[in-house]
Amino acid sequence: MVEGLLGKKIGMTQVFDENGGALPVSVLEVGPCTVTYLKTRERDGYEAVQIGFDEANRLKKPERGHLKDLPALRHLREVKASSTADLQRGQTVDVSIFSQGELVDVTGTSKGKGFAGVVKRHGFRGGPKTHGQSDRLRAPGSIGATSTPGKVFKGQRMAGHMGDERVTVKKLRVVGVDTDRNLLLVHGSVPGANGGLLVVQKAGR
Amino acid sequence: MSQQLLQAVSQAQLRADIPDFAPGDTVRVHVRVVEGTRERTQVFEGVVLAREGGGIQENFIVRRIASHNVGVERRFLLNSPRIERIELVRRAKVRRAKLYYLRKLQGKAARLKERR
Repeated sequence: MVEGLLGKKIGMTQVFDENGGALPVSVLEVGPCTVTYLKTRERDGYEAVQIGFDEANRLKKPERGHLKDLPALRHLREVKASSTADLQRGQTVDVSIFSQGELVDVTGTSKGKGFAGVVKRHGFRGGPKTHGQSDRLRAPGSIGATSTPGKVFKGQRMAGHMGDERVTVKKLRVVGVDTDRNLLLVHGSVPGANGGLLVVQKAGR
Repeated sequence: MSQQLLQAVSQAQLRADIPDFAPGDTVRVHVRVVEGTRERTQVFEGVVLAREGGGIQENFIVRRIASHNVGVERRFLLNSPRIERIELVRRAKVRRAKLYYLRKLQGKAARLKERR
């Protein structure tokens, strides 16, 4: 059994639950994914599956060789498998491996925020607005003491690039599964822009 | 394509049994409320101040003058299953989509002309 699938973020909307409350949900287009490679204990030291998702217009030669007997796939990722005995290269897996009420972890690439200041990036409070201040409003304040220690410590939080990094949101509840349209409805938000690649895996217990 | 998929998700939950009403109209909203284990229906009657949003998120505000001349406003999700039904009591002639100016008016000044 494959423990995860690749998908795409479609967007967010809301649905009503059985009590009539409105739930915010992310709509994900998940699978169908093709099994492209099986990692075995003898050869690789552990068991896992490599799966592919979405059709590609053009592949580089090494990838074409890797997928020679399979359709051209745009994204390849490795996911866990509870056992690889029942899996075969070329086999397709779809959303039906997920069920309503189950918890999943969703991994994606967050939206890039560019070079961000310390208030946005680390949640600093900035300086005072009044009492004779000029240009201190979003300043970081002190970054260390004086000649002792005579340096700025490593890891000091400063301005810099924010976002566009791998983010995992854990334990999101599956609100709905639509096997006809390959849709997965998940409670809450999911990293990245609409159309971004996501890895949806069953949450660890 | 993705917009169509999003719409498809909410399509099934949209309600067809909602009467056509507009800001200024007086409506009677029958809401299901759960008290502990018991469920009953509560009626909220008042003037519709505004309708906002679209699709599954569409909602509206109802303003009612409760006892001691206190204005009470409640916002409902139009497609919520908690709404049992909406009764249209009276239609009114208004010249704007958001009637927030009614909040400042009292008594006779807060009347709206009926539309026939």
